[in-house]
Amino acid sequence: MARILGGITTSHIPAVGNAINKGLQDDPYWKPFFDGYPKVHKWVQDNKPDYVINIYNDHGLGFFLDRMPTFAIGAAHEYRNEDEGWGLPALPPFPGAPELSWHIIESMVADEFDITSCQELAVDHGFVVPMQLFWPGAPNNPDMPRAVPISANTVQHPIPTLNRALNFGKALRKALLSFPEDAKIVVLGTGGLSHQLDGQRAGFINKEFDRYCLDNIVHNPEELTKITRQELVKNAGAQGTEFLMWMMMRGALGDDVTEITRNYHIPISNTAAGTLLIECAA
Amino acid sequence: MDQPGYDYHIDIPGTTLFDGKMAMKGYALNKMCYSFNQQINREAFLADEEGYMARFGLNDEQKEAIRKRDVLGLIDAGGNIYYLAKFAGIFKLSVQDVGGLQTGKTTEEFQQYLASQA
Repeated sequence: MARILGGITTSHIPAVGNAINKGLQDDPYWKPFFDGYPKVHKWVQDNKPDYVINIYNDHGLGFFLDRMPTFAIGAAHEYRNEDEGWGLPALPPFPGAPELSWHIIESMVADEFDITSCQELAVDHGFVVPMQLFWPGAPNNPDMPRAVPISANTVQHPIPTLNRALNFGKALRKALLSFPEDAKIVVLGTGGLSHQLDGQRAGFINKEFDRYCLDNIVHNPEELTKITRQELVKNAGAQGTEFLMWMMMRGALGDDVTEITRNYHIPISNTAAGTLLIECAA
Repeated sequence: MDQPGYDYHIDIPGTTLFDGKMAMKGYALNKMCYSFNQQINREAFLADEEGYMARFGLNDEQKEAIRKRDVLGLIDAGGNIYYLAKFAGIFKLSVQDVGGLQTGKTTEEFQQYLASQA
């Protein structure tokens, strides 16, 4: 049976992809952010996952408002990266794992989670930037695991509740652990932390609330399910709702976990950038 | 078309929650901005802005906000920031530029405001 090695969260800001392309890791603006990743690189290299479940939110590349799935799971042999409107060069496709995708979809729908399955899915910065951060050179990294993208709607309200996100993760855990292959799996939760791009409140960041989320998500994630969606918008900013992805990831890790490393830095672009690596007991 | 009916949300100053009501109001505008994912569409817009807006059926409020590059006006007209970011991309505006435009700050002042929250 498959094993879940752990979970990694990171912000997925487009500017990070740009900084990687330009090799700005040691630039004074970027260094405090990129300093959060060597420990993650070492963990990834030591553990060499076979599969990566990449939980992110699409920002208007894979989905439009004509059809907006609350939870979508990719079930393709590969996932294309495409121009998001800024003319940045697209990365080569990321290899998929459709047999694992369909196993997850079967298991989760049996558990009464209503899933949108996607045999074609263009993946944007929310999926791609974390891959570049954790597997330098991605997807052309020799250790690149095959991927299953899972996207949750944070574009349009109503968005899922934090409780639903955590429970989604728990059902995902059940699905992964029942995958009949001796495989090692890592789960990513990408996005956040506090930021707001739109309106007169643009530029809002909330260090205190981010600390509260970071402090609780490792050993006390149930506490965070008390946060209503409106409170999440108010305290994390309109786009800080991406914290839902962290909750989904956390649900997949179970109770017996250890925090390996974390990093938190303000600002990267308009965002409070957070990174967290949580290991599951063997 | 606008959706009559209920308000499901608390008021958060300076924040327009993009819900069903706004999604209906802004559909044409957001659909146009979504098309800007493709270079060929960005070029078509720049070649004939009025014709391109008419093709997507923007209303007068949306057209005027596009003409004026008025970000807050675009949000009032139902624009969602993720799609509007693609419109901003045509003019090579960063999210700090867009933040400054919405808050009455220069880009540098907006960046200083972000850093001040560290």
